[in-house]
Amino acid sequence: MNLINICNITKIYHTKSKEIKALDNISIAIEDNKIISIVGPSGCGKSTLLNIITGSEQPSTGTIRENRKLNIGYMMQTDALLPWLTVFENACLGLDLKKIKTKESINYVNDLLKKYGLYEFKDEYPNNLSGGMRQRLALIRVLAIRPNILLLDEPFSKLDCETRKNISNDVYKIIKELNITPILITHDIEEAISLSDNIILLTKRPGRIKAIYKLNFDETILPSTRKKDEIFDTLYDDIWRNIDHD
Amino acid sequence: MTEEHKLYLKKIRINKILIRLSQFSLLISFLVLWELLSRFNIINSFIFSSPSKVLTTLINLIHDNNLFIHIYTTSIEVLISFILSFIIAFIFALLLYSFKTLKSILDPFIVAINSLPKVALGPLIIIWLGASTKSIIFNSLLISVIVTSITILNGMEACDKDLIKLFKVFGANKLNILTKLIVPSAKSEIVSSLKINISMSLIGVIMGEFLSCKKGIGYLILYGTQVFNLSLVMCGILILSLLSFIFNILINILEKKLLK
Repeated sequence: MNLINICNITKIYHTKSKEIKALDNISIAIEDNKIISIVGPSGCGKSTLLNIITGSEQPSTGTIRENRKLNIGYMMQTDALLPWLTVFENACLGLDLKKIKTKESINYVNDLLKKYGLYEFKDEYPNNLSGGMRQRLALIRVLAIRPNILLLDEPFSKLDCETRKNISNDVYKIIKELNITPILITHDIEEAISLSDNIILLTKRPGRIKAIYKLNFDETILPSTRKKDEIFDTLYDDIWRNIDHD
Repeated sequence: MTEEHKLYLKKIRINKILIRLSQFSLLISFLVLWELLSRFNIINSFIFSSPSKVLTTLINLIHDNNLFIHIYTTSIEVLISFILSFIIAFIFALLLYSFKTLKSILDPFIVAINSLPKVALGPLIIIWLGASTKSIIFNSLLISVIVTSITILNGMEACDKDLIKLFKVFGANKLNILTKLIVPSAKSEIVSSLKINISMSLIGVIMGEFLSCKKGIGYLILYGTQVFNLSLVMCGILILSLLSFIFNILINILEKKLLK
């Protein structure tokens, strides 16, 4: 079943001097528990599309049909941790704002902190954490609200290679384990192939769908080991040739 | 502790002592030079006074039970102005942040009021509010409110847009965003606005006392000028510097506590 149907979305921004079309007639069916990556050159409207899904921006034309009530988790390029809150308070931020903090949800946060090695730092402030730990905390904050859809806006782009590999594996395992439907936005083709079930390639601005790739990797293979598969390079070359380079 | 670390700490300590000694000798040299120039009539001691004369005036003021009432008056006026001005500026900054159209409407007026030399309004304030503490505090508020609120507003507007987006995705309403994100993220600017506010309040109060008052350090300085008692003027300035120094120390302590 599809979780969301994005139908004929167009988005136009208005400035004093001109109109800028960011997205043009985008239709995507977001399937339950399938990892979708949206790939395209910089400025092709990838983040605009995410903003429309979260409801923070309205499309100029087109509709978003939600087939179930969405509980959105959002991870962005920066970890967006609040420096004045402790690790535990940061992890509970979504619960606080959504007013769903219960004894049970606090236990769940504690379990997540234990699982991702942050429990002993729960009373520390984010400034005392390393880059990878900060990103894991951002992930815990999102998971704490038990989202059914997870929007990932280039969440690993600012991490070093090793941390990135570990976090990608963690995120992949969590997504498969908790039955969350993620939408990953990235300009990194390698990352998209490593993590996704489907890849949607957008053209340069205004963003239109150029191609859709359905990937058939075994679900038990972790993102970091997908690269060893022979189909990886073929796919990479294909997408690389198809992408609009600046 | 290793020998190397002990040596490092010793170096820091010596450096600190050297700085304090230099500050102290600079002050003493200035006072001694001033006293000597005055004693040997190289400068006119009637116009420039001398440290010994200032000290005598200070002792006389204390003996006459006259000094503390002036210090008390000025301090209370500064404190009331400081607190009132912070509250008004904070609320004003919140309103300007929350209502962008209001900000656009008020913008030219804020610029005009901010750039207007407030001393020009002094005579009007005396006519409106009378020669009283009220007009001194009002004068001080005029000077400090706009600058303080602009500093706080800048801090609020510098909040990371990603964080606002995150709060919105978590379903936060406007009040939540304001109280749980915008205000805490502007904490360091709010604290620095306190520093600006205390100096502005002091300036405003002294200016107000110059215009209309029978008590306070500003009055002491003005009175000294009128009767050509320059030692009294210097004494007033000395007390004012000390007062401002103490206020700044208190604000620094508050800053350390708030930004911990």
